[in-house]
Amino acid sequence: MQLSNSPSDAAEQLTIALSKGRILKDTLPLLHAAGIEPAEDPDKSRKLIIPTTDPGVRLLIVRASDVPPYVEHGAADIGVSGKDVLMEYNSPSLYEPLDLEIACCKLMTAGPVGKILPEGRIKVATKFVNIAKKYYASQGRQAEIIKLYGSMELAPLVGLADEIVDVVDTGGTLRANGLEPREHIADISSRLVVNKAAMKLRHQRISSLLEQLKAAVIAKRQTEC
Amino acid sequence: MMTMADRWLLPDGIEEVLPPGAWQIEDLRRQLLDLYCSWGYELVIPPQIQYLESLAAGVGQDLTLQTFKLTDQLTGRTMGLVADTTPAVARIDAHTLGAEGPSRLCYAGRVFHTRPANPGASRTPIQVGAELYGHAGIESDIEVISLMLETLISSGVNNITLDLGHVDIFRQLTLAAGLDEEQQDELFEALQRKSATEVDAFVSHHVQEAVLAHMLRELPELAGDETVLDRATGILAAAPEPVRVALENLKALSERIKAAYPEVNCYFDLGELRGYNYHTGVVFAAYVPQLGQAVAKGGRYDGIGEVFGRARPATGFSTDLGLLLQLVGPAEKKTGKILAPADAPMAEVRKLRNAGEQVVQVLPGMMQEPIAAGCDRILQQTSAGWVISSLTDS
Repeated sequence: MQLSNSPSDAAEQLTIALSKGRILKDTLPLLHAAGIEPAEDPDKSRKLIIPTTDPGVRLLIVRASDVPPYVEHGAADIGVSGKDVLMEYNSPSLYEPLDLEIACCKLMTAGPVGKILPEGRIKVATKFVNIAKKYYASQGRQAEIIKLYGSMELAPLVGLADEIVDVVDTGGTLRANGLEPREHIADISSRLVVNKAAMKLRHQRISSLLEQLKAAVIAKRQTEC
Repeated sequence: MMTMADRWLLPDGIEEVLPPGAWQIEDLRRQLLDLYCSWGYELVIPPQIQYLESLAAGVGQDLTLQTFKLTDQLTGRTMGLVADTTPAVARIDAHTLGAEGPSRLCYAGRVFHTRPANPGASRTPIQVGAELYGHAGIESDIEVISLMLETLISSGVNNITLDLGHVDIFRQLTLAAGLDEEQQDELFEALQRKSATEVDAFVSHHVQEAVLAHMLRELPELAGDETVLDRATGILAAAPEPVRVALENLKALSERIKAAYPEVNCYFDLGELRGYNYHTGVVFAAYVPQLGQAVAKGGRYDGIGEVFGRARPATGFSTDLGLLLQLVGPAEKKTGKILAPADAPMAEVRKLRNAGEQVVQVLPGMMQEPIAAGCDRILQQTSAGWVISSLTDS
């Protein structure tokens, strides 16, 4: 347990952890609706701490899988993280009060088209080790989980695994590699996560931001339907 | 092969306390026990190793996983290192002391955690706390919360936010909704994360009754300043009677606390279910801006004595000395000792020590740098006999 050494608490600044890529692209319009605009383009800037037009808010640019630890330790008050990352990280000390309904996809199992799973213990390649363990246990299957960091689709093709567990968006990469999506594990979207202590200590600030973001999510939902 | 690092490396989350921090911890421990003593609390020292069944009795699976285990070579039974002092103190009250009226017990000692309770936390925190048995009203909750606040304030911790909740609200609502244990766990889990999406999905799926469904959906939102209680009274108006009682108790309790400690912020969170598997009423925790986790916490746990043969109303709190020390910061290295030469007579040195001075006697043949040894004065022999002269004003 660390004493927060971030300047955020001293200046009463709110620190929001985001990851580059799709989450960042889809989160910025929501933050914009809440009156928060990055002072420079995070995609172009090499800075990792980016001030915003709101002097009370700054952004941290971190890896997607690092958002939960930053928020859990209180180095960031708030973060935006995919439900897949949160399920894998599985921390009891984070609030996830708002589904931002962005970066939507599915967490699924997939395997070579038409190939039946062998009897007994199967081999599964994934970067979601905890989720995969829990999922196969819930299905009553013994599974040996192989942790990979990327290109999961390769594993069944070269006999490293019988199945993979991964997020599936359009399914294009699966098809291109002769794999088919199989069982649906969970629907994934990005969630706003909040440090529990920050929520209690700075409730007004955070809950008003939450309200604004919630309104932006609902407004966006309506334009899309 | 054993490397040098293997010999000095400490396990994760296990730390040694060096000077001057160790004195500071000990001073703080004494100061806090004196505080509890002045409130009429008796000190108990529960055993650090007990049979697993008694360690985990009445507090559930989580604590069992938190407990280091070893085998008793005499009986073959599994023993555990104490991971939380509360159940042991509850056993002492329920079984060993057996007092009829209220009993007030306090303790200070190391506990051992297989996994750190929070990210980065110590696995061997020094748990200090107090428990009050035998009274079921809010007055005992108020006493214990006050003592927790006194603990923090007297340790030098400022800017306290007191987080108040009541687990009976959730319990009564799930009971009314007829949820089985597995469903309760699922809803509990979603509520702990304040995941409105998942609470909503769960309720739509499992709770048919519209009024109850509405109340459960609102639970994650019922958090904030004292206006939450009024809001909750409206939203939970149709809830079972104990919910109304719980809200009234929270209101009365917080008003009394605020009157006594106007500098403390009160925050209410009716979806806060920390320690749900053994808490039965008011739950509370203290937060400070420098820390991502609660610095002290507690609550009511009326059922726990039952497994030891006697259910007693109970409420208590605990904190971690190491955390308190982190918050107040390191002390200056202690100075003010007296350096005595190797040939100083025993009687002179003893006289000074008896008068409360710290005297460091030089060992023959060793050069002693007085300031490094924390000395600001030196005992010297003069024509007038042995006198103390200052080392600093020269």
